[in-house]
Amino acid sequence: MVQNFLKLEIPSKSENESLARIVISAFAAQLDPTIEEISDLKIAVSEAVTNAIIHAYDSEEGIIYIHAFLEENKLTLEVIDHGMGIEDLEQARQPLFTTKPELERSGMGFTIMESFMDKVEVESFPGQGTTVRMVKEINKNKKVQSKEG
Amino acid sequence: MEIELKLVRKNLIVRLKGELDHHTASCFREEVEREFEKEIAQNLVLNLGELTFMDSSGLGVILGRYRRITEKGGKVVVTNMQPQVERLYSLSGLQKIIPHYRREEEALRNL
Repeated sequence: MVQNFLKLEIPSKSENESLARIVISAFAAQLDPTIEEISDLKIAVSEAVTNAIIHAYDSEEGIIYIHAFLEENKLTLEVIDHGMGIEDLEQARQPLFTTKPELERSGMGFTIMESFMDKVEVESFPGQGTTVRMVKEINKNKKVQSKEG
Repeated sequence: MEIELKLVRKNLIVRLKGELDHHTASCFREEVEREFEKEIAQNLVLNLGELTFMDSSGLGVILGRYRRITEKGGKVVVTNMQPQVERLYSLSGLQKIIPHYRREEEALRNL
């Protein structure tokens, strides 16, 4: 059984979006994921980190905490900020909803996280911050195949 | 991200190489806006063949160019999409408004 974890703290700079993607794909590599699974994880972490930079900290400097946990073939990712929080979570998760259309935001961030991960939970407290917790089972299909074979 | 620009008649071909995210989106926006301000190009052909990553910030900036260009009567098309970019493209519904061609030549013939 594989058990491992990672904790990363980064300032809310847009340069760190690609850093977060690289770190998460390198961490996930120990589960021998498919190219598609790596791409799913990269896009999910990218959306959560970008949200923290643009919305939580509103382009001011703050700290983003990225935690990843491995348990067997299950990867849990947490992206935590201590920014402004989300007033209406249900509205924020609606496809195409954005509070910043002037910045050409597509409003697809949460929809993408939900589509590419197995589970997405969001906890937010206005004025205190937001935690996005996402879970993805890696090699789901491979496991089924080996059982059949 | 690297951006290569090429003008073919009234069509601006933009070839993107690398990753299109929130960090690189503004560079892409500025380069394309600067070209269209010259008022030579009318249509935008976006070649995503060497784009290895795109997220919702990429969708937003492409949609932003689509709005600006179609307002002035121009067209926007994308070409050479990689499978991972194409998955995002269909999920977002962008495929319903921005046509996708396999190759640049094919896109140019249809503009």
